[in-house]
Amino acid sequence: MGLIAREIERAGIPTLCLSSAWDVTFAVRPPRAVFVNFPLNHEAGKAGEAPLQRRILLDAFRAFEALWAPGQLLTLPHVWDPADRSWEEFDYGPGQVGYGVGQSVQEGYEERRLRRAGPP
Amino acid sequence: MPIAYMERTRQRYAQYLPYRWALNHEAPWTPLPKPLGDCRVALLGSGGFYLPHQPPFHEGDASYRLIPKDTDLATLRIYHHAYRDDDADRDPNCVFPLDRLREFEAAGVIGALADSAISFLTLYSARREVEERAPGIVAELRALGAEAAVLVPV
Repeated sequence: MGLIAREIERAGIPTLCLSSAWDVTFAVRPPRAVFVNFPLNHEAGKAGEAPLQRRILLDAFRAFEALWAPGQLLTLPHVWDPADRSWEEFDYGPGQVGYGVGQSVQEGYEERRLRRAGPP
Repeated sequence: MPIAYMERTRQRYAQYLPYRWALNHEAPWTPLPKPLGDCRVALLGSGGFYLPHQPPFHEGDASYRLIPKDTDLATLRIYHHAYRDDDADRDPNCVFPLDRLREFEAAGVIGALADSAISFLTLYSARREVEERAPGIVAELRALGAEAAVLVPV
């Protein structure tokens, strides 16, 4: 994602990247990024929590003012669960199963899995 | 604390050669030309969302799909090889916040929301990402009149 942001920015359009993988984003170095320390796949907030999603995006937009040189990475203050940080121990670690891993090359697997396919 | 996802990726795919992450020491820079409240903003997401009438994504796919800004997110389909998409399936806004950006447009937080959002899924090849996908996306953003882009990965 950061690679695409770099090309867009190079073409003259300012970009803002959300990220939950600090090390990856720091290495790829998109022009302007914010770090949200949530489990992967929740970069814009928790599912079904519109107020939190709104807050994260509004805070992220502050990067357009706060970041003043290329490649800076702003950390947002949001915490996934103040009482439980156990997700940090296993997120994307060995053994954690994502939907479709190893099977998604099958035609239509994702659609069947996610019940988003139309009639067969 | 940030998680060492590069190391976890090495562990997760220990049977393969280590992935060579892109490493950049500099970045391009374009200042925001005017306040965000006056800018046309485009959303880009790498969650593999597409519409039922569009061709699905596939493995190693460098293409992208245009998602009209008034799309009901419940109609989106997902193709992605490796992400935990149960929450994204329940509420695409957690990685593709089109509903939120529509609200921001109505509230004047952003000047306008570009007529389409852009959806794709990230390739393993950084070279193909830059050479094959980026030029088309830049052209789409220009055609959309985008003055700023918000990118949300998975």
